[in-house]
Amino acid sequence: MAQLQKEIDALSKKVTMLENSRKDQLSIAVVSGDFDKILASMVIALAAAANDTQVKLFFSFWALSALRDEKKKAKSKDFISRMFGVMLPKGRNKLGLSNLNMMGMGPVMIKHLMRKKNVLSIDRMFKEAGELGIEITICEMSMDLMGFKKEEIIDYPNLRYAGASTFVNEGLESSMQLFI
Amino acid sequence: MTNEELSALSAAKSVDARGTACPGPLLEAKKAIGTIASGEVMEILSADEGTRVDIPKWCAKQGHEYLGTLEENGYYKIFMKKK
Repeated sequence: MAQLQKEIDALSKKVTMLENSRKDQLSIAVVSGDFDKILASMVIALAAAANDTQVKLFFSFWALSALRDEKKKAKSKDFISRMFGVMLPKGRNKLGLSNLNMMGMGPVMIKHLMRKKNVLSIDRMFKEAGELGIEITICEMSMDLMGFKKEEIIDYPNLRYAGASTFVNEGLESSMQLFI
Repeated sequence: MTNEELSALSAAKSVDARGTACPGPLLEAKKAIGTIASGEVMEILSADEGTRVDIPKWCAKQGHEYLGTLEENGYYKIFMKKK
């Protein structure tokens, strides 16, 4: 009898795990810092959120540039952090393209085309994302590595800092996981 | 529904999303659906070919009833009934 109970417990644990792995949830590891890839991440995230899918974006490495606020300044940085800060794009509107960047001409052209073809601007996409409850998690380790400070990160309603294991655990529960 | 039946429908809400490209119309539809009652009909105007395919899928997932699409001059009129 005790043996049977044990097996039932093991089975119900497995079922819960399986159920959790099929949550109506999308996890994206956003690693690239190119304008086009941030754009793709946001379009997919917004489409999913419009479908009532829970969306969790995990920003890491180059993608952190997209979350810098161009108006904010961080104090007390060491020399290397300051260098990184100067060399990397300051904010989502300063990002380059992964292709046809042409020393900054590409992004200008793309943004012009986006306006012409009525595509939501990247600013508007972040605003909509916030309103739809899309979560942004920032990789703490990347922040530290690139020398970014929390005071230079954008204001966003569902923003938090965490580590890779948060992404992995939440990603395991999502029925869709992407790496961009 | 036939085109005649669709034309005869009177929508409780009309969402004009012709000024925005994917995923704009979907976002506008999501916002608007909250403003109508269950069983009411909503029409979405979109110039975007992708939206024409996206909205029926959106309806299927949300449990709303997709009624059909009319091709107007340069845009689509997509009809759906809220669950």
